[in-house]
Formats: sequence, structure tokens, C-alpha cells
Amino acid sequence: MGRYALRFAALGYLGVLLALPVGYVFYRAFEHGFAAAWDSVTTPAAQHAFWLTCEMVAIAVPLNTLFGVICALVLVRQRFRGRALLSAAIDLPFAVSPVVIGLALFLVYGRNGWFGAWLLDHGIQVIFSVPGMVLATIFVSLPFVVREVVPVLREIGTEQEQAAATLGATPLQTFLRITLPAIRWGVAYGVVLTTARALGEFGAISIVSGKLVGQTETLTLHVENRFQAFDLTGAYAAAVVLALMAIGTLLAMNVFKPKEGTR
Amino acid sequence: MLVYLSVIALIPLAAVVSKSTTGGWSGFWDAVSNPQAVSALKLTVIASFIVVAINAVTGTLIAWVLVRDDFPGKGIVNSLIDLPFALPTIVAGLTLLALYGPKGPVGVNLAFTRASVGMALLFVTLPFVVRAVQPVLLELDREAEEAAESLGARRLTVFRRVILPSLTPAILAGSALGFARAVGEFGSLVLLTGNIPFKTQAASVFIFSQVESDNVAGAAAVSVVLLGLSLAVLLVMGYVSRRVVRNGG
Repeated sequence: MGRYALRFAALGYLGVLLALPVGYVFYRAFEHGFAAAWDSVTTPAAQHAFWLTCEMVAIAVPLNTLFGVICALVLVRQRFRGRALLSAAIDLPFAVSPVVIGLALFLVYGRNGWFGAWLLDHGIQVIFSVPGMVLATIFVSLPFVVREVVPVLREIGTEQEQAAATLGATPLQTFLRITLPAIRWGVAYGVVLTTARALGEFGAISIVSGKLVGQTETLTLHVENRFQAFDLTGAYAAAVVLALMAIGTLLAMNVFKPKEGTR
Repeated sequence: MLVYLSVIALIPLAAVVSKSTTGGWSGFWDAVSNPQAVSALKLTVIASFIVVAINAVTGTLIAWVLVRDDFPGKGIVNSLIDLPFALPTIVAGLTLLALYGPKGPVGVNLAFTRASVGMALLFVTLPFVVRAVQPVLLELDREAEEAAESLGARRLTVFRRVILPSLTPAILAGSALGFARAVGEFGSLVLLTGNIPFKTQAASVFIFSQVESDNVAGAAAVSVVLLGLSLAVLLVMGYVSRRVVRNGG
């Protein structure tokens, strides 16, 4: 009896807060038929937004993966002063509002910013153009790979690496043949989380992109734009595209998620 | 590596702190004590605390059902928990608005109310407590519970005296992460809450509106308060949960 009450309460809460709203948006996107939804996500603006979002992900994810693996190696394998500080600094994007991240980049790379004027003189516009949006996407998704790889590195220890080194392997060989295969699932899970975060970035991009339709409008900005233009089908259809991407990453998460008892 | 971190994150954040004090201490204070800023910060803090408190209960409940109960479709429900992490926040706001907004099919209109702020925050922070409590609950030794039960303790007493103390650090840790997330939340609030000053405008949305109207120094000042707030909560909760662990919780 008590068990069913708890189950009912938990599932009811999830249904009302999560499942029903998300399901209803799918319904609303297709209520005027599949053709109407398809038309509204294949307008030039929507297509451009989709590819721009993919571009953001394609730049930010590899860079953050590379940085994340190096950073995790440094944090776990090296002893130096300020290590705790570095570790805390990497987690900063979790504690900072995306809007504040956008403002921060604006203040440094904007027209009147610390580096912005110099960069503009050299023909590089960062804010209100794609480079600024890439910076914002990298910033918000910075910690994920580090956070997933650090615990795995701790757990595997250094014995095998030392054995490889005594047998004459170069540091690069040791990394490629011993360390990388051991951490690959952690890296993969971190990549999935980074992708999800990069796909959905909105707040920081709102500030640094200038929201120029067909130029700096990502898919998330496109959802807002369509909604505010009273094009509900367009907004819901674009939201469904993003939701499908999210569900795709969710499925990937379940594949890569570290499971109990597998290590 | 330090260059990457600095160029992307550290120098820009330093610029926010520096910008917030361009008008000196009094400029900072004026920006932060502006009635609209105070109202936005108050709403953010109060809503975040309420949401964290609700999450502590519902998150523990969901984790409990996922670990101790068994029913068809449990695997799907378990992966559904991560949906708020994967779903873009603007989509989260839109989905809530579609169902619980004007002309929604259920006949309740929460759009542009303070309740909508809370609902959006509940949506985006849902996974934190669940995902913190779940592994602890899985590892928990059942022997102490069985012992307590065989000695005649009622189930509620067992939960309160035996299980809950072991879960407390995880609940606190999940709550701290959820609070930091709630304080800075932006995307899900934009469409849903209407951003009415003195009523539903949260701090992050206030910052955004200040940037749009070219009051960058004011925006930076409120940003610093927000930043300090989430860092402070993360530090305090970290300290508290370490203490709870050390005291044998």
C-alpha cells in the first residue's frame, strides 16, 4: 500500500513536470500535420540556425575534449601549488549564470572591451559574430570532460603506465597505448554531456550573438524568435528538433554511463 | 592549458568584477540597491530556496522509488530523469508554457506568475538530488534497517533514524548544485515568466535587460552578487556535507 503510494507520487510528479509538457510540445508541433511542421523547420532561417548550431558543437566539443583530457591528466598526475585552485576554476562555469558568461565575454571581446578594440583593428569581430558564440559555447561546456575523466584516472592508478615506461615506451606511446584506452568511456561520457550542453546553449549566446536572423541565430535562438513572432508551429517544430537531439544524447548517455560493478 | 582557461573563462570573469566597480564602491552599491535589482535578486534567492527544499523531498522520493521499487518501464523513467540536463532550457520553458500557459489544454494558466518561476526552476534542477541520492541508496547496507525493523521500529522511524542520516550528505550536495543552477537560470524563464519587473523578473533576466539597455556596469554589479551567492552556497554546502560525513552520519 505504502509502496504504491510512493510510486504513484514519484511518477505523478515526473509526469506533471516532465513527461506531459514535453509530450504535449510534440503534439502541438504536428497538430497541423507533418507537412506543416516540416515546412517550418526547412525555411532558410531554420536551416541556417540548425547548421550554425551544428557548427558550434563541431568546434566546441573537440576543443573541450582535448583540453579536458590534458587538464584531467595534469590535475591527477602532477603535484603543484594551486592545484586545488585550478580544480575550482574549472568548475566555475557550473556556478556562473549563462547570462553572466555572455556579459563577461562581451566586456572583454566587445567593441569597447579589453581586447575587443585591438581585435577589431585587426579585422576580427568577436562579439555579434560567430567567434564570440564559439567562445560562449566553449565556456559553458568547459568542465564536463574534465569532471568525467578525473575520477577514472584516479581509479586506474599509475602502475601500468610505470610498467610501460620501464619497458622503454615513450610518454606518447604510454598515453596512446595504456592511458587512453583505459579512460575512453569516461571521455565518451564527457563528450556526450559536452555535446548536450553545447546544443542547448541559450543565455550566453543571447548576449554575444546579437541574434541576427540568418547570420548569428542558432536553433535555440530560432525557437525564441519564432515564438515571439507568433509562429507557434515554427517554434514548436524547432523545439522538437532540439528535443530529438536531446533525446539522442540521452540515449548515448545511457550507453556510456559508468555502470555499477563494471569496473 | 592555463592560457585556454584564461582566455575563455578567467579573464572575462575578471572583467565582470572589474566593470562592476567602475563607479567605485558607491557605484556598485547604487546598482545593487536599485529597487528593481533588489526585487529581482530577492525573487531569485527565495524561489531558489523553495525549489531546493521541494527538490530535497521529491528528489529523495524519486531516487527511493527508482532504487527500492520495481515496476515495468523503470529503465525508461530512470533515463527520463536526465532529460532536463539534455533538453535546451529554452525548450524546457516552451514546453511548460505550452501545457500550463494561456490556452493550455489543462485549463490552468501559470504563465507570467511567480509560480511559473518556481515551476521552471523545478524542471531544470530536477536531476541533481535524484542523481546524488541514487548511488548512495544503492550502496546502503540493508542490515541496519532489518535490525531496526526486527527490534520493532516502525517503517517511518527506520527511514528517519537509520536511512535518512546516511542520505543527508548526498541530499545536501545535490541541493547545493541545484541551488547554484537555479540562481543562474535564464533560458527557461525567458518565455514562461513574462519578465515583469517587481513581479516575475529573476536576477539573470534583469541582468540581460540591463545589458540590452546599455547599463553594462549595473548588469556587472548584479552579476557579481549572483556569482558570490552561488559560490558561497557551493562552499558552505561542501563544508557542511564534509562535516556530516566526518561525524559518522
